[in-house]
Amino acid sequence: MSHLLEIRDLKVTFGGLDALSGLNFHVDEGEIVSVIGPNGAGKTTFFNAISGLVEATEGDILFEDESVLGLEPHQVTGLGIARTFQNVRLFPNMTILENVMVSQHCRTRQLVFGALMQTRAFKREEREIRERAEAALGFFGSRLVGYRLEQAAFMLSYANRRRLEIARAMATQPRLILLDEPVAGMNPMETAELTGLIGRLRSEWGFTIVMIEHDMRVVRDVSDRVVVLDHGVPIAHGSYDEVSSNPEVIEAYLGRPLESRA
Amino acid sequence: MSATMNAPISGSSTAPALFDLDWRRIGTWGGLCALALILVSLIGMPVGLDRRMIIEGRLSLGYLALLWIPLLFGYVVSKRVVLEGVETPDPGARDVLAGFCTGVLSGLGPVLLILGIDNFNLREPLVNWGPPLLEQLTFGRGTGFGIVAWFGIGAVLGLLGSALHVLPKDVRRVISFVIYGLLSISVLEAVISDLSEGFGLESLTDDMYARRGGLTVKSSIILAVVIGVLPILTKGRLKGATNHYKELQGEERKRASMMLFSGVAGLCIVLPLFLGKIVNELLANVGLFLLLALGLNIVVGLAGILDLGYVAFFAVGGYTTSVLTSAESPFFAPELHFGFALIIVIIMAGLTGLVIGAPVIRMRGDYLAIVTLGFGEIIRLLFMSDWLKPYFGGAQGITNVPPVDLGFAVVTGIDPRSVFYLVLVFCTLAIYVSWRLQGSRLGRAWMAIREDEQVAEAMGINTVNAKLMAFVVGAMMAALSGAVLAAKVGSVFPNSFMILVSIIILVVVIVGGMGNIAGVLVGSFVLIGVLGGPRQPGLLQEFQSYKLLIYGALLVFMMLQRPEGLVPSARRSQELHQEEFLQDAWLKGEDHDTEEAAAAAAAGGSEGTGEQA
Amino acid sequence: MSAEESSSPTALLEFRKVNTHYGAVHILKDVDLAIYPGELVCLLGGNASGKTTTLKTLLGMVTPTSGEVVLDGEVVNHRPTSYRVANGVTMVPENRRLFKRLSVKENLVLGAYLRKDKDGIEADLEYVFELFPRVKERLSQKSGTLSGGEQQMVAIGRALMSRPKVLLMDEPSMGLAPALVQQNFELIQKINDEGMSIFMVEQNANMALSIADRGWVLQTGTVVLNDTSEALLANPEMRAAYLGES
Repeated sequence: MSHLLEIRDLKVTFGGLDALSGLNFHVDEGEIVSVIGPNGAGKTTFFNAISGLVEATEGDILFEDESVLGLEPHQVTGLGIARTFQNVRLFPNMTILENVMVSQHCRTRQLVFGALMQTRAFKREEREIRERAEAALGFFGSRLVGYRLEQAAFMLSYANRRRLEIARAMATQPRLILLDEPVAGMNPMETAELTGLIGRLRSEWGFTIVMIEHDMRVVRDVSDRVVVLDHGVPIAHGSYDEVSSNPEVIEAYLGRPLESRA
Repeated sequence: MSATMNAPISGSSTAPALFDLDWRRIGTWGGLCALALILVSLIGMPVGLDRRMIIEGRLSLGYLALLWIPLLFGYVVSKRVVLEGVETPDPGARDVLAGFCTGVLSGLGPVLLILGIDNFNLREPLVNWGPPLLEQLTFGRGTGFGIVAWFGIGAVLGLLGSALHVLPKDVRRVISFVIYGLLSISVLEAVISDLSEGFGLESLTDDMYARRGGLTVKSSIILAVVIGVLPILTKGRLKGATNHYKELQGEERKRASMMLFSGVAGLCIVLPLFLGKIVNELLANVGLFLLLALGLNIVVGLAGILDLGYVAFFAVGGYTTSVLTSAESPFFAPELHFGFALIIVIIMAGLTGLVIGAPVIRMRGDYLAIVTLGFGEIIRLLFMSDWLKPYFGGAQGITNVPPVDLGFAVVTGIDPRSVFYLVLVFCTLAIYVSWRLQGSRLGRAWMAIREDEQVAEAMGINTVNAKLMAFVVGAMMAALSGAVLAAKVGSVFPNSFMILVSIIILVVVIVGGMGNIAGVLVGSFVLIGVLGGPRQPGLLQEFQSYKLLIYGALLVFMMLQRPEGLVPSARRSQELHQEEFLQDAWLKGEDHDTEEAAAAAAAGGSEGTGEQA
Repeated sequence: MSAEESSSPTALLEFRKVNTHYGAVHILKDVDLAIYPGELVCLLGGNASGKTTTLKTLLGMVTPTSGEVVLDGEVVNHRPTSYRVANGVTMVPENRRLFKRLSVKENLVLGAYLRKDKDGIEADLEYVFELFPRVKERLSQKSGTLSGGEQQMVAIGRALMSRPKVLLMDEPSMGLAPALVQQNFELIQKINDEGMSIFMVEQNANMALSIADRGWVLQTGTVVLNDTSEALLANPEMRAAYLGES
């Protein structure tokens, strides 16, 4: 049986320090898996290793049974893995529409000739790019469409920037989306809304999702499985309920159970 | 901005309103103004430019170089930002008083200089420290007169500058129209008399301009009246038309743009026919540099690759053309036609782009800039070397490059008009290419790389390929410009391809507006046309020796005050829902508007202490 | 609030009708705040509500267009940040912002950059070690290699080294794991119990109010609520907008 994404004994070392050591992990088609763990546990490094931004020291990463190690980030995206960034990295001076159009680069072909001659193929491709972009933006309701399409991304509010980043990832036509703290900095209402949208990303768009998140309500509401990392090693793995009652996890990550806070 | 609002907090309520000025601000600006006056005097502008008259016998460019400074500072010192949600008193006597004080303070600059020159001899390090400057500063009437005069002049100009805020809008418009109009008509003397000659109206301009340059007193009065009436007649219409244009949507907008475009194109084709040699020469130079700037705009403006060795491709174009077409070229005997040569030029440019680009493109930021700078020099040194002398003629270069024979016309440097038309064709082509690519998949990829290379890569863009593409397209445009240059001048020398060329083109792109075709156009006309290129004189030939100084000052000014360039791209000047982005950006600590940030910093005198930075 | 409370001991830090602008845009609108010795108070609000501007104004990175910022009885509107730090205001920045390549000790000593009294600095180092024994164990380690919780201790320790009268905390819970958030708030509570006055800016209203004495709620630059923590926690308006209950 094969998994959509499989990580085998992954180890990433920075200057003698192990950011990740011996991580084994898999994601099946159609799952939503959360990765949680204290700050500095290696969660973002894990995402960076998958998307090719950092090099793995040992181990292997298989996507649909093919190793993605050694591939350039754009090749990884081409295979069908998209991502967002913890600290929201849009293309601030490009318009909202352009942000989402440009991320379809690896799905399109036209180069100089088509653009100069305005060939029929070029025009058709441009139209399709635009349609797909608007579809991805439309997923978030009316906030990112209409007059906003032509606005520069830096004009957006904080929450909208996070939404646009997800739309940009969607437009790369991936099979797997890596979300890095998608609700960080959002208020409770925005968080609740985005929680619902993450579920719809799977049910309506058919994406498989791996998510890093600190907000336990979001983790509880959307994940099929939860993996807990600490010091680059997985310390627990299972459903939210299993993980959240695991004493080791409570010690390292959760503190007191969720209910007694709030 | 903030300092004007709540001046000295300690001396709160009792002080009379009129004198409750922000003395700190006045002191700063007045002092700066005095310094500026001293600096301009010492670099020799007043004396050097004294012979060029603006208004015959009354005002020379030399005095003008000094007089505009207090006026500007007076304007600046009493300028205030209208703040939302806070009652701002209407500009009034207080502001004028502030301008007046700044002006008086600025008079200190020339006065100190007069006293200094009179009593000490600093000629050794300061070349211009001497009697001519003293004579100029004292208006030839002795030290005492000079001192009184400069305080007076400072006060009047500062007052006038600040009074501009107080005057009603219409009056202000009339005044600025008259000042700018008279200045441009006087400065553009060469073009205007050239043009009127072309139309057979030389009698008109002969009356207008004095024999030794500058407007006559009579004609400047008449012109002032005529120009003054213009804004009253056209009041609001121009703005209405621009607004109307901006509001047009889709097809209508396209049609209006096409009309505008064909209008400009028509002008470009017809106007040179009526222009004389000098102005056509200027236009041809502007065209050559515009072509270069358009290419660099793709590399720097769109793809964000800071290429400081761009001149290399210009050289490759020039040398390839010369080798292939010149009978004097040492190793390639047949004389190809310019058209054939052009094909090879483009191929060579593309290859050079790839060869230089491939190793360089993987570097980032500063490293890339330094390495390209090196490559630019290497190419020039190769052309100059004794080693390649049998091919490229070493320091003597290649001469006798034939004019371009198009069958129906001959393009030659003796007839700058023909060169202009040839360049016009290439520029149009380059503008089309830039425009189409900008809106294509490739153009978007370039912009994404410029914004954040790592993220662009993660969004599926093969950044190495896309950047190489930008390099090659830019190289081709530069090479075309080089080819025309070779045919125009009739020869190429290594010294025509100094680093300075790269830098000046970069300044043109930055000042005009990065990543924006219209900006590059305006930048080329303003900088190359008015100030002149690295070796080409501009309209203001008097400024020849200050050219680089002005280029530098302009660059610093633009970076501080208007980093988006003279013609900002549309997306940068969006007004819709600006509050949202401003508040948000500010709260997130991203200072988009350096002017306000600087003002806030200056007013608070704050220095971050590291941990809060 | 100011009317009845300004009769009690003088405020350490005070905003009197402060307005600030970014460009022409009005950010803070007639904001009144006051922090009294020994208090732990919090400023709540969503994104773009003006929280960060408030902190910047307190520290002198933004100059108010009108109103007064008062530090220990002195109007400091035009005083630079360094002056304010030297006179008792220090901030623990969001996301800790340690000098990651420097050792823990170097980080701590840099916190006392503006101080000249060697003995006092030594004594304060000891005090920090007493508060956070774990920091002492890591003294020569590069601060970037510490765990998240330890980094937080160093950040607070570094701020304490300037011997502040008021400690400003910028979003102490932002981007932290739940256990760390909790630990962090316990640290804040602890140094407050030691007598330190604390002004905390937070988005996580629940957590902040659970330890604070009083709170202000900022909405698009205006203080809309200001009360004791208990009252705010009970306020239905508050519950709906900021505590995530509908």
